[in-house]
Amino acid sequence: MSSSSSYAAPRAPAGWRARVRVPRGTLSLGVATLYMSVIVLIPLAAVVEKAVAQGPGAFFDSVTASGAVSALVITLVASLVVAAIGAVMGTLVAWILARDKFPGQRLVNSLIDLPFALPTIVAGLTLIALYGPRSPFGLHLAYARAGVLLALLFVTLPFVVRAVQPVLIELDPEAEEAAASLGASNATIFRRIVLPSLRPAIASGAALAFARAVGEFGALVLIAGKVQIASIVIFADIESDATQAAASLSVVLLVISLIVLVLLRWPGARNAR
Amino acid sequence: MTLRTRFRASRTLPVLAALGLAGGLAACGGSADTNGGSSGSTAGKTQLNLVGYSTPKKAYDKLIDAFEATPDGRSVTFSTSFGASGSQSRAVATGQPADVVAFSTTPDITRLVKAGVVSSSWDANPQKGIANDSVVVLVVRKGNPKHITGWDDLIKPGVDVITPNPSTSGSARWNVLAAYGSQLKEGKSPAEALAYVNTLLTKHVSVQDTSGSAATQTFVGGKGDVLLSYESEAISAKKAGDPIEYFVPKQTILIETPIAVTSKSAHPQQAQAFVNWLWTTAGQTLWAKSGYRPVLPSVLSKYASKFPTPPQLFTIASLGGWTQVTKTFFAPSTGLITKIEQAAGVPTASS
Amino acid sequence: MRVSRPATLSLRAVGLLYLAGLLLLPVGVVLVRTFDHGLGQAWGWMTTPAAISALWLTIAIAAIAVPLNTIFGVGCSLVLVRGRARGRAILDSLIDLPFVVSPVIVGLALILVYGQDGWFGNWFLNNGIRIIYAPAGIVIATVFVSLPFVVREVAPILMEVGEEQEEAAATLGASGWQTFWRVTLPSIRWGVAYGVVLTTARALGEIGAVLVVSSNVAGSTLTLPLLVYQRDSQLGPQAITGAYAAATELIVLSLAVLLLMTLLGSRREVTK
Repeated sequence: MSSSSSYAAPRAPAGWRARVRVPRGTLSLGVATLYMSVIVLIPLAAVVEKAVAQGPGAFFDSVTASGAVSALVITLVASLVVAAIGAVMGTLVAWILARDKFPGQRLVNSLIDLPFALPTIVAGLTLIALYGPRSPFGLHLAYARAGVLLALLFVTLPFVVRAVQPVLIELDPEAEEAAASLGASNATIFRRIVLPSLRPAIASGAALAFARAVGEFGALVLIAGKVQIASIVIFADIESDATQAAASLSVVLLVISLIVLVLLRWPGARNAR
Repeated sequence: MTLRTRFRASRTLPVLAALGLAGGLAACGGSADTNGGSSGSTAGKTQLNLVGYSTPKKAYDKLIDAFEATPDGRSVTFSTSFGASGSQSRAVATGQPADVVAFSTTPDITRLVKAGVVSSSWDANPQKGIANDSVVVLVVRKGNPKHITGWDDLIKPGVDVITPNPSTSGSARWNVLAAYGSQLKEGKSPAEALAYVNTLLTKHVSVQDTSGSAATQTFVGGKGDVLLSYESEAISAKKAGDPIEYFVPKQTILIETPIAVTSKSAHPQQAQAFVNWLWTTAGQTLWAKSGYRPVLPSVLSKYASKFPTPPQLFTIASLGGWTQVTKTFFAPSTGLITKIEQAAGVPTASS
Repeated sequence: MRVSRPATLSLRAVGLLYLAGLLLLPVGVVLVRTFDHGLGQAWGWMTTPAAISALWLTIAIAAIAVPLNTIFGVGCSLVLVRGRARGRAILDSLIDLPFVVSPVIVGLALILVYGQDGWFGNWFLNNGIRIIYAPAGIVIATVFVSLPFVVREVAPILMEVGEEQEEAAATLGASGWQTFWRVTLPSIRWGVAYGVVLTTARALGEIGAVLVVSSNVAGSTLTLPLLVYQRDSQLGPQAITGAYAAATELIVLSLAVLLLMTLLGSRREVTK
């Protein structure tokens, strides 16, 4: 190293890039975008094209067919219910992981990620095994909406828990202690101080759970022949060569998911998952 | 090694390993999915690809094992693929390698004839290209609590019938045609028969699964009062100990499932030898033992008690043949059954 | 908030019961049921030729998809966080797409592009390249669904770690590669590892898209999740044991993944 101690600015690129002010990483951005396009964007564009290629009338007819409408309604309602239950139970689970202390807590903490690690078809199979016709406990839920809800609760469990847990851990106990010293009951403290801090996390976790539930297929394909779930209907359409109908219903699902994605990003507080 | 080459090696190595792994798959494992089945060496043997529909998978696994024990079969090994008849047929039409194809309805073979994969004389043999038969039966709960005795009972109030979606399932098409044809056999006019099917599908079928076996699972799982199914499925379910009974209604259709050797086969002689063996007494007896009706009269008569002949059995030919039937009933958008299904809100082929 | 003892206990009970009933019991039932007919039967189901091919095929496909998405993931994170190019925000939003697209839609999309009469399908078929109903289609589908994990794990770490060390390296005369290899990569390695584990889990478990684009041929397109599906549609208690056996294999793989996630997750927290 020479004795020069002055700060040496990063070497300016030579050649054409020195003359054209290209921001750093443009080429890499191009490569990354190319990869994204080939793998994700072009295929999705093909779906949109198929849905509308025969004109807006055909698209409208496909999505307003009674089968499509009932599938969408059932799927959206089920996903909303699951998001709601998940919000409550997920917060509860996050609470006992963050604020409680019991033997085996670390094991329980790891198990929360099981739905992320387990293939969805296995999730569906496990639920039929326990709650289906051959159940060891004589339960018969698999062939009803309850079975669908169970499967969706399974796959969306980690979203709310993992969203709320870190916030609960980071919460400053001062506000709660102050309220307690002023004589507030636990219920009031929870309602007035804790819950508002948790609300954004619960909301984003629930929104992710909703978006995931709307598109879930693997956990439902073994159970839900009796409940017209949108993803299963799309599958049936594909198998029966009704590709325009499948594409149209897919476009509706995509739009719903995109809306949720956009809503999630707006507040700026983004989850890692 | 400089930093640069070290970095590159650590990137290319996993990719190479992956490709090697994928390439080495050919030597690893096989295709039979029978527990305890023979898995002898495949060295030096000709490989035949059998592409079939999902229902007879177990039967074909057994038949293949038996065939490989015969002199013709000793030098042959099989790679099999089973799935929904329509998708399997489409896959072969777009180039999936196949030496023998076996589907649930003839139109799935006709598609391949049009694509130039199967010769148009595939059915120019004494068995007309049919591997085995079955019939549409009515499956009820043990004890027949709803006292179902025939097709007319299906549209009685409160009866819930399970049958799959004709757009996605070959099995469902046979069911619907059996329902339709049964009415004709009872002396009704085509319009009345269609009205019956309309009532059945729109008012008495609560859900339509994508495949025959899914529908069977639905019924066995507790949903519905009557299941329309292949006799072979009913026999399997009963053998598995499920609490069901089935009977062959007075009027029903003969389910004829086709099989053919492809013209693109690299081993046409061995493939034909397999198909021919399926038509020998040995092959047909194995079909019978697996619950399928043999097409060889001599074997069928031996199993007459297992496979009773219904008094008013009819075939697809009496309804006009598959080409006519597909156009009239199942054509996308214009087919009579397609329109009924659309009104019922069931996904149908629309383009 | 000091919660009373009875309240603590009831919350704990409700929470644990919920988790047990939703997660543990179902998985436990499958594990137990696998051995309903004995160890020999279960082992037989796990070692049929089709099951062995299915396991290797599933691993091989993951072995292709994961490195691809890892390279993309690390490169893309660098572009998003360290780059200055315009349009990064758009790329950033698009990366979340695979999280929310239903797998059947992925399958449909691939058929519409690479299948017969698809956008490029006829070109591929005419040149003898089979994508749909062949292993290539399954690989592309798997790459699609497991795309975002590495990016989403590495990018936040890159942001937190900051550019000072990298700038220092540059002033000391290190080239781009050296800076990346010696400075950047070590700071993100646990994030990369965690992302790789998540990507692998997703790749191993894909069923929706595979069901649509597969030709169900053992050895080339029959993956282990697909085998579970296929065995479940066969009738008889034998077949369902077979489905449970294949599911048990996947459960064991998932538990290994879960273990790695737990170990790496804590490492990742430490470096943050």
